[in-house]
Amino acid sequence: VTTAGFPGAQDPVARSGLSSERLVELYRLIALARALDERAWILNRAGRTHFVISGQGHEGAEAGVTAALTPGRDWLLPYYRSMTGVMAMGMTPREVFLLQFGKADDPGSGGRQMPSHYGHAGRRVFTSSSPVGTQILHGAGIALAAKLRGIPEVALVAMGEGSANQGDVHEALNFAGIHRLPMILFVENNGYAISVPAERETAVPDIAQRAAGYAMPGVIVDGGDVVGCYLAARDAVTRALAGEGPTLIEAKVTRLTGHSSDDQQTKYRSAEELAEQRAQDPLPRFRDELRAAGVLDEASEAQIATEIAAAVADATDFAEAAADPDPSTLLRHVYAEPGDPVPGPPPAATSHDVGGRPA
Amino acid sequence: MPVRTFIEAIREGLRDEMRRDERVIVLGEDVGRKGGVFYATDGLWAEFGDGRVLDTPLTESMIAGVSIGAAANGLLPVAEIQFADFIFPAMNQVISEAARIRYRSNGTYGCPITIRAPYGAGVHGALYHSQSVEAFFAHVPGLKVVIPSTPYDAKGLLRTAIRDPDPVIFLEHKKMYRSVRGEVPDGEYTVPFGRAAIPRTGSRLTVVAYGLMLHYALEAAARVAEDGIEAEVIDLRTIRPLDEETILASVRRTGKCLVVHEDNRFGGFGAEVAALVAEEAFDYLDGPVTRLAGPDSPASPNALPLEEAFMLSPAKIAAAIRTLTAY
Repeated sequence: VTTAGFPGAQDPVARSGLSSERLVELYRLIALARALDERAWILNRAGRTHFVISGQGHEGAEAGVTAALTPGRDWLLPYYRSMTGVMAMGMTPREVFLLQFGKADDPGSGGRQMPSHYGHAGRRVFTSSSPVGTQILHGAGIALAAKLRGIPEVALVAMGEGSANQGDVHEALNFAGIHRLPMILFVENNGYAISVPAERETAVPDIAQRAAGYAMPGVIVDGGDVVGCYLAARDAVTRALAGEGPTLIEAKVTRLTGHSSDDQQTKYRSAEELAEQRAQDPLPRFRDELRAAGVLDEASEAQIATEIAAAVADATDFAEAAADPDPSTLLRHVYAEPGDPVPGPPPAATSHDVGGRPA
Repeated sequence: MPVRTFIEAIREGLRDEMRRDERVIVLGEDVGRKGGVFYATDGLWAEFGDGRVLDTPLTESMIAGVSIGAAANGLLPVAEIQFADFIFPAMNQVISEAARIRYRSNGTYGCPITIRAPYGAGVHGALYHSQSVEAFFAHVPGLKVVIPSTPYDAKGLLRTAIRDPDPVIFLEHKKMYRSVRGEVPDGEYTVPFGRAAIPRTGSRLTVVAYGLMLHYALEAAARVAEDGIEAEVIDLRTIRPLDEETILASVRRTGKCLVVHEDNRFGGFGAEVAALVAEEAFDYLDGPVTRLAGPDSPASPNALPLEEAFMLSPAKIAAAIRTLTAY
């Protein structure tokens, strides 16, 4: 297990090797995901949607790690806190909210899935479910197919530390280790499985320690350190594409909201703890880092804020006004239908606006 | 036409599909060098190598889950679960994932996987090497459940399963592997899903069966024919999709229906057939739709007297035919 170096005062451009523009894109993505997520809660509390499950506090880690992927080539196997990641793969705010509102044009499920159960075939975002941890086996299978077919692709599997205790995770890491698959397990450790604290989830302090049991590197990163997350994932992608096998990256993140809109986390977390967590919010931290480095100035920050506000309003209005699924479609796609594509390689990814730019 | 055992037909079906389409891979416990504990995959590793025939760890959920992912990325996995009794660790992957990937993605992802598993008792397999598991899977929308009874069907249905765009549970009665023989053509042919066969026609009653019980039912029908009772025997071949028309057309002619399966009676697949007949052919019935099924013990116990007490037999089926005919 290695722990990624602390950023200190090092310049983020020099440290990451990313351009100023790319870093600003990442800031924009994080801020956009936060604004969309906050809007989702408002819509829920106003009775306009049924459910919210949130990625607030995870955005920096998701943005950093997915920045190392190549959208269109690589795969993301998301979970319900992956709004940032799916937008990094090219999903738009409108698409995210079509799922939130359960509309017919929701590209992942046509209104069949709960909010935040992402999927998008054209963006190589695999369809996700609610029983946690299952997606890692799909990631291993996707990576196995890439390896057997000789295609350079990486499967990034995102999950929480709660999910990481599932048996499927052991089975998948074992298999990925044996076959040195081009897979990355990205564990977003926010310290809670709904209400159960980390010390009641695992006997070891770090999920990454388990990597040793599968002959793969385990890397612990500060989930509020966007560049650090990027660097860890960049190394993992390089290893995967070089045939050196999987990597387990554990990002220590904070969960700024309750588990979901049906949870009240003040019942099991103290006011002091919540205040302390709030201080670890990755959004202001990354903003301050970019400000200090002169990458982000007041004018561009204001411009981004204006664009994001417009994008959130647009996504809300667009999705809320979109058509509901037709009840006559209830039994569609239980099985393949005449005219559906025959089994075979997935279609090439469509062109897209990387970074989930506001529409 | 060449004569093959049931397991030879399955092996040939796998081999032919692997030769025909390089996307087909086989994975499971001991399927490689050893060729499977029953030797269903014998010879495939030697012909196709490590990249097409994968020995896996003893991790059934992984076998199912990795198949799902590999199918999403362009392969056509054929997974072997060593015994149907061991499929339960994979239930979440099969039911929560494979069965509903197409539905939950609104048709944008598919799951073209085949999961083969030997099932059934009568081979001293005891509680954990003899279960019948079809009812669990037949209940689930999104899955197809295939249970061949002849070598010809085994090969033809397996080809159809591998080419099918949806997940297929392919159940092979292990007692049939070497005890059942039949003609199997060398060339290309397939057997479609959802079409039952009528291997014996008759007018007095309809016997619906599949798998090993189909053979026992045919033997029972031959016995009662000596007493002038002409039973029609239907081989379902696939229980989901179910060939409702063939069942109903037969019962409308005979007026009586006996459903036979080795799986437990309570909540078993026979209840579905019985309900179908009761709902759709009620006016034609002149006797109660009857189920003859495995007793409601948790599978077949080990000791021979207990196993014999558990198992259905041609004699037990013949007795049930006589009782229903006399109603």
